[in-house]
Amino acid sequence: MTVQHMERKANEIRQDIIKMLVAAGSGHSAGPLGMADVFTALYFAILHHKPKDPDWASRDRLVLSNGHICPVLYATMAHAGYFPISELKTLRKFGTRLQGHPHRGALPGIETTSGPLGSGLSQAVGMTLAGRMDNARWHVYCLLSDGEHDAGNTWEAVLLAGKHRLSSLTAIMDRNNIQIDGPTEDVLPLESLRAKYEAFNWHVIDVDGHNIEMIINATNEARAIREKPTLILAHTIPGKGVSYMEGDFRWHGNPPGTMETETAPPKKEQAKVALQELRTLGGQIRSEHE
Amino acid sequence: MNEHVHLNPELYHKDVEQVPIRNGYGQGLLLAGQRYKDVVALCADLTESTRTQAFAEAFPDRFVQIGVAEQNLATVASGMAAAGKIPFITSYAVFSPGRNWEQIRTTICYNNQPVKIIGSHAGVSVGPDGATHQALEDMAIMRVLPGMTVIAPCDHYEAERATLAAAGHDGPVYIRLAREKTPVITTDRTPFTIGKSILLLEGKDVTLIACGSLVYQAMLAAKELLGDGIHARVLNMHTIKPLDEEVVIAAARETGAIVTIEEHQIAGGLGSAVTEVLARTTPTPQEFVGMQDRFGESGQPDELLEHFHLRAKDIVTAAMKVFKRKAVLKRQSKSPTTKRTKKKA
Repeated sequence: MTVQHMERKANEIRQDIIKMLVAAGSGHSAGPLGMADVFTALYFAILHHKPKDPDWASRDRLVLSNGHICPVLYATMAHAGYFPISELKTLRKFGTRLQGHPHRGALPGIETTSGPLGSGLSQAVGMTLAGRMDNARWHVYCLLSDGEHDAGNTWEAVLLAGKHRLSSLTAIMDRNNIQIDGPTEDVLPLESLRAKYEAFNWHVIDVDGHNIEMIINATNEARAIREKPTLILAHTIPGKGVSYMEGDFRWHGNPPGTMETETAPPKKEQAKVALQELRTLGGQIRSEHE
Repeated sequence: MNEHVHLNPELYHKDVEQVPIRNGYGQGLLLAGQRYKDVVALCADLTESTRTQAFAEAFPDRFVQIGVAEQNLATVASGMAAAGKIPFITSYAVFSPGRNWEQIRTTICYNNQPVKIIGSHAGVSVGPDGATHQALEDMAIMRVLPGMTVIAPCDHYEAERATLAAAGHDGPVYIRLAREKTPVITTDRTPFTIGKSILLLEGKDVTLIACGSLVYQAMLAAKELLGDGIHARVLNMHTIKPLDEEVVIAAARETGAIVTIEEHQIAGGLGSAVTEVLARTTPTPQEFVGMQDRFGESGQPDELLEHFHLRAKDIVTAAMKVFKRKAVLKRQSKSPTTKRTKKKA
């Protein structure tokens, strides 16, 4: 798939994220929209995987540590062929495979249950260590939030990965600068993240988290780096693609139609406006209805 | 003594052999490592004292030193299990499962990963280190997790067998160990199956259900009770979850009086597990020997067992109490007034 195709794909995924959140009536908006480009790059260009054979032994492992952004994981997996796109509307509903936070036992292709923050990187480290013991060739990708770097468990994993020089491990941090209670640098300052990771013996690459080519190049660089795990700092805009959500931490945990803000349209209009903006890429192209 | 289970014939000797329960874990882990190629061990900076050392030396490539980071200990193990390993994680019970409960809940139990959590230095008998290092709540917090198996071996032989059984068990397991030397009750011929209690002594008047390091005190108590003409049945309930319900119910029906004995808070542990079964099947007079909603403190193990009423004489007192209540109940059920009331009801 070309980069241009992937950009289109990311936009379709964003629209599905909005639709599934509206159908669910609850869930997280900002993070999933912000990470659509990273997930598209992963599932359509980077990962060695077989959507029709999710337990394929040689697959790359993808651990989503900040489980609350699972709408983007589900939507991307559906588009990649793991399950029908029509199933996305079951998100968070009784009996669904798409649990409010991802559950390994519920949906094939989910490597681990997550949601409680700070424990995903450790699991990715464990998978990498086990893979190394077996001389496995697969690579481990761990998606992290910036907010979960408040948690000691995350830094315990950063230390251990540095100690073992886990070059088969690539962490991708969604550096969107927000968490539930506000900007990360107000809640508990994290910077300088690059200096911190480098001090812990990691290789660090900064990328524009909405530039698919940069994301792919960074993962290639990470694979080429020997003797060190790599952190890709993906700088993203929370709520990317929906103007009234972009950069506003209040949309962290709310779907369209649930909250009034100064810049948002009335509640009833929010979903429609969001989808229209995504279809037209913020007015850059004409939507199919025009 | 039940001769079918091949107990230590010297059990009642005053110089009975004593070995730390944790030693059995070390031996069992080594054997498990030989038997199963996927067994790996992780430790949080307590390799020697948790007896993980022998495995680490025999299989250096299958040992991971985690450092003082118990949350990482549990979650790294979960990741290794996801990639096909059978991880044993060891620390002191206050730290693991004490400090990493949510990680165990979400990444091990909910994920259904076969991680084996080994909590050493449980109970007040840890001694001089004091209350901070004496785990008294570990069985309670592990027992409530869906899918978790909870085992408290009574001596080093049983710890060895429990460790091997855990390695072969497809699911998460918690094994609680004690630091101090503990009298050897079983032998290498004693059977061990997860979830199957062991009848140590037959009796009809009262049942003593014990686990872990206090099983020996229960045996001493039974001997003392016999002097008073009370025949106590003694059960080694090494598996707290899944509980051997059939045997517990039979004990309640046949002896009509139950004492549970554990080096743990009386809330949430063995006593509670037994009560949950009896309350819905066979309500029976019960007494609970254990920590009475308190923290421990520094001291020699013997002093602490004495102070917190965890010795054989305390078990005897509890047994007498419950035996008397049973007698009162019996009289009431035989009295004509009760019969009439029953009919009316």
